[in-house]
Amino acid sequence: MLTGASVLFVLVITLFLLVIWRPGWGAGVSPGRWLVLGGLVLPGIVLIPLVAYALIAGESLLPSPGHTPPRIEAVARQWTWTFHYPDHGGVETRNVLHMPAGTPIDILVSSQDVIHAFWIPRFAGKIDAVPGHVNRLRIQADRPGRYAGQCNEFCGLGHAGMRFDVVVDRPEEFSAALARAAAAEGSEKK
Amino acid sequence: MSEPVDPLSQGTPALRLHRQLSAIWATGSGLQRLAAVNHSVIGMRMMITSFAFFAIAGVLGMLTRVQLATPNSPFMTSETYNQVFTMHGSMMLFLFAIPMVESFAVYLTPKVLGARDFAFPRLTAYGYWCYLFGGTILTVALVAGAAPNSGWFMYTPLSSNVFTPDINSDVWLLGVTFVEISALSLAIEIVVSILKMRAPGMSLDRMPIFAWYILVTAMMMIVAFPPLILGSILLEVERAFGLPFFDPTRGGDALLWQHLFWLFGHPDVYIIFLPMAGVLSTIIPVFARRPLVGYRAIVVAIIALAFLSFGIWVHHMFTVGIPHLALAFFSAGSAIVAVPTAVQVFAWLATLAHGRPRWDVPMLYVFGFFFIFVMGGLTGVMLAMVPFDWQAHDTYFVVAHMHYVVAGALAFPMLAAFYYWMPLLTGRTAVHRLSVPAFWLVFIGFNMTFFMMHLTGLRGMPRRIYTYSGDEGWNWLNLLSSIGGFVMTIGFALVVIDLFVQLRYGKRVRRNPWDSTTLEWAMPIPPAPYAFASIPDFGTTRTDSTVPNDLTLSLARGEGYLGFARNGWQETLGVHKTSGVPDQLIVLPSPTYLPLYTALLTAAAVLAMLFKFYLLSLGFALVTACLFVLAGQSAGLPRDYGPLPVGRGVSVPPHTEVADAPAWLALICALVADGTLFTSLLFGTFYLWISAPNWTAAVAPEPSRTLAIGAVAALAVAAATSRGSLRAATAGSGASGWIGLTLLALLAAIAAAVGQIADIVPHPREHALGATAAALIGYVILHGGIGLLFLFSNTLRLRAGFISPRRVLDLRLTRLWLDYTCVTGAIALGLVLALPALVTVVGARP
Repeated sequence: MLTGASVLFVLVITLFLLVIWRPGWGAGVSPGRWLVLGGLVLPGIVLIPLVAYALIAGESLLPSPGHTPPRIEAVARQWTWTFHYPDHGGVETRNVLHMPAGTPIDILVSSQDVIHAFWIPRFAGKIDAVPGHVNRLRIQADRPGRYAGQCNEFCGLGHAGMRFDVVVDRPEEFSAALARAAAAEGSEKK
Repeated sequence: MSEPVDPLSQGTPALRLHRQLSAIWATGSGLQRLAAVNHSVIGMRMMITSFAFFAIAGVLGMLTRVQLATPNSPFMTSETYNQVFTMHGSMMLFLFAIPMVESFAVYLTPKVLGARDFAFPRLTAYGYWCYLFGGTILTVALVAGAAPNSGWFMYTPLSSNVFTPDINSDVWLLGVTFVEISALSLAIEIVVSILKMRAPGMSLDRMPIFAWYILVTAMMMIVAFPPLILGSILLEVERAFGLPFFDPTRGGDALLWQHLFWLFGHPDVYIIFLPMAGVLSTIIPVFARRPLVGYRAIVVAIIALAFLSFGIWVHHMFTVGIPHLALAFFSAGSAIVAVPTAVQVFAWLATLAHGRPRWDVPMLYVFGFFFIFVMGGLTGVMLAMVPFDWQAHDTYFVVAHMHYVVAGALAFPMLAAFYYWMPLLTGRTAVHRLSVPAFWLVFIGFNMTFFMMHLTGLRGMPRRIYTYSGDEGWNWLNLLSSIGGFVMTIGFALVVIDLFVQLRYGKRVRRNPWDSTTLEWAMPIPPAPYAFASIPDFGTTRTDSTVPNDLTLSLARGEGYLGFARNGWQETLGVHKTSGVPDQLIVLPSPTYLPLYTALLTAAAVLAMLFKFYLLSLGFALVTACLFVLAGQSAGLPRDYGPLPVGRGVSVPPHTEVADAPAWLALICALVADGTLFTSLLFGTFYLWISAPNWTAAVAPEPSRTLAIGAVAALAVAAATSRGSLRAATAGSGASGWIGLTLLALLAAIAAAVGQIADIVPHPREHALGATAAALIGYVILHGGIGLLFLFSNTLRLRAGFISPRRVLDLRLTRLWLDYTCVTGAIALGLVLALPALVTVVGARP
C-alpha cells in the first residue's frame, strides 16, 4: 500500500511539474480524455482491488461464527485495565494481560466509565471500550514474549499513562503462568 | 474603504454617479462603523478576525510541539495540555477554518456574481457579531484556565457532567453553538444570494465556477450543522438539567454523540475544502491563460462530493464496534470519494496542460497545495481500508493525515488567494524577495512537522498523550516535528509581514493585473461600498470569458442596470433562480446598530446559561427574539410601487411585490436546516431505542392520547386559519380576525403540549425514554412559540401598512412556518404516542 501510494504521489506531482515546465506537453491528450483517464480510470484501477483486498483481510480480524476461540475480558476504567479469564476459573490480573502464543484469542472489551480503546501496537487491530457495550477483537500472538499495550482513546488526565503489559507464554505453560501471576496479585492485595 | 483613488472616476458622469452611490451605500466613520452591514466591510472584518484566531490557535499548536519535543517534558501538566490541544483543534476548526472560508464567500461572492451586496445585510452583520462574541467567550475561558479539555470532538461520557463537572464542557457546547448559529445564518444568506442575486442573464449553468463551489458548500452547511447543533443542545441539556441522552447508565448511549458529531464532522472537511478548491478553479485558469477544462464535469463532481460526504461519517468510527457489513459499506464509500476529487485534480492538470502556464506567487502556493493534498488524499485512502485503520486509528498517523487534508488543503489555497486578490484591495502586487522565501519556509516547515507524524504514528504513538517515556523510538521524530513547527511559524510570520509590506511598498500594477476573467476585477480599486456603479448584462457572453477591462469603464459610467440613485435606496437586482432573467428590484436595508444589539443580547443569553442563571438566560433569549421581530418592522416598503424602471428599458416590481422574494427562499432554506435537526432528533430517538444499553428496565410510558391529538388538531387549525388571513389580505379585507383565530389555536396547541410534558413517564431525568419524549414535545412547543412571534410581527406590520393585497409575503411566510410546525408536530407527537409500543417491541431485543 505504501509503495502504491508513493507511485501515485510521484505520478501526480510529475504530471503537475511537466505541464508547467513543458508547455504544450499534455496538450496532445484532449481535455475530455484527461478527465476520464485521471478522474475515472486511474481511481478505478487502484481502488477496486484495494477495497476487495481490505475486505478479505478485514474478515480475518473479525470473529467468525461457529468457531469460538478462548476468551479474555478486558475491562477499562480511568486509568487501569483489568483482565478476566473466564476459561480459567475467572481469575483476574491488573494492567498485565496474559495470553498463550500461536492461537487466536477473542478479547471482550468493555468500560466502566468513559470511552477507552484497547490496543497492542505489535498485534493487528484495536477496538474501543464503550460503556454499556461489549466489543470483541480477535488477536493472535505468534511468538512468546513481552509486549506493550495502551489506551488509544483520549480518556482524561491519566490517558498517557494508561498502559498495560502483555505477557505471551508458550501454550503449554500458559495456565500455570497465569495462575502464578493471579496468585501473586492476590497476595499483593492482601 | 475610504474614497477610492481611481483615475476611472475622474470622468464626469462616472464621478458624479460614484458620489451619489457612495452617499447611499457608505458605512459611517467613527463609532458608526459598528453599524456596518456592507458585505465588503463585514467580509474583511471576518477575514481579519479569523486570522487572529488562527494565530492564537497556531500558538497553542506550537505549545503542544514544545511539550512533545522531548520525552518526559515538565513544560505542561496533563490538565493544561488537555486544554491546549482541545482548544487548538476547536479554534482551528470552528473559529478559523469555517469562518475563514465564509469570509471569502461573503467578501467575494456578490462581486463575482455582479450583485451589489448580499440579500440580508443585517443578518451578515449579526452573523459576524455572533462569531466574534462566541470566539471571545472561548478565548477568555482559555486565558482563565477553564477551557474545554475533552478533545475537540468532545466524546461523551468524558465530556458529560459526571467526568467533567466543571464549566469546561459548557464553554465548548455554548461557545461553539453560538458560533455555529452565525455560520448557519450566513450559509442561508449565501444560498439565497447566489440563487437570486446575479447579474442579469447569468444563468446558473454559466455562473463562474467559484460561485458553484460556494453554493454547494453553503447548501452542505445548511444540512451539516444541524446534527451537531442538536447534539450540543442535547448534551448541554443533559449537563444542565440531567436529561440522560448520552448516559449509558440511564438508557442513553455515548455512541449517539459520536454519530451526531461525525454527521457534521465529516461533511465539515468538505465544507472547508470545497471553497478552497473553488479558489484553485478560479486561479489556475487565470495562470494557465485558458478557460477551465471540464466546467460541467467539475460541477457534477462537487455535487457528488457533497452527497458522498454525508454518507461516510462512520469512517471516523471504525473502531467503536460496528457490524462488519456496515464497515464494508462505509469503507467502500470512503474510497469512492477519491473519484470526484481525482476529477477535479485532473481538470486542473488538463487546464495547465492545454494552457500557457506562467509562474507567480499564487502559483507557488498552488504547487504547495498539489503536493500536500495528494499526499493527504492517498493516506486518506489508506485509512479508509478498515484493517489499516484498525492499526492507525487515533495515532499520530491520523494526526498527520488530517493536517495534510485539512490544514494543508486550507492553508495553501488560502495564501494563494491572499496573494491573488490583494491587488484588488491595494492596487499593488507582492514583493517577491519576501514572498518566495516565505512560501518555502511554510512549505518545508509544514512537511517537516507533519510528515514525521506519519512515522511516529506507525511506530505506535497514540494521539493526545501529553508525555512519553523516551524508550519507544519516537524521540528524534518528535523533535524534528517540533523544529518543523517553528520553521512553519516563521514562514507564516513572514507571510503576514509580506502582506503588510505589500500594502505600503508593493509594486503598483494596472487594474486586473492577472488578466482574470471574473467580474470582481471590473470595479474601482479598492472596491467601492456599492461594488458596481451599474450592473452588467450577460445576455449572450460566456461568464468565464468576460474581459473585465472593457467592462469597467462602461459600468462606472452607469451604462449597465441601475446606473443611477433613486429615493436614497440601496438597490440591487433580483433574478430568476436558474435563467437569470431579472424579476425584481431588491431594496436593501441601510446600516443599523440592531445586529450589534441583537448579538449582544444573544451573547448575554449564552453567558447566563453558561453561569447557570437559567431563568435570566430565558429572559435574554426572549428579548433577542423580540429584537428579531423589531428588525422585521423596518424591512420592505410601506406602500405599493408596481414595476419600476431598472435601466436598459427594463422594469420590474420591488421585492416586496413578488412571489419569489429572497425572504421566501430564505425561510425554505431555514426550514431545510430545521428539518435536518428534526430528522436528527428522530434518528436519535430510534437509535437509542435500537441500540442503547439499559433500555428495557424502563417503566412503560403512558402518554395522554387526548392531549397529543388535541395539540395536533390545534396546530392543524392554526395552519388552516393562516390560509384565511392570507386570503383576506389578498382580497383587501381585514386579516386581523383570522390572525386572532390562529393565535388562539396556537396557544391551545402550546398549552396541550406543555400539559403533556408535565407528566411524562418515566420521568425525563430518570431514563432516556422520558428524555427523548420530552425533547420531541419540547421541539413542538418551541416551534409553536416561534409561530406566536410570526403572528406578533404580522399584526404590527399590518398596522404599519407593510401589508397590502400586493404585499402579502409576511402572511405567506407565516403560513409556511405553521404548515411546517403542523407536520413536524404530528410526527413528533405521533412518535411520543408510539413509544409504549416501541418499548414492548424492544423488550424482545436480544
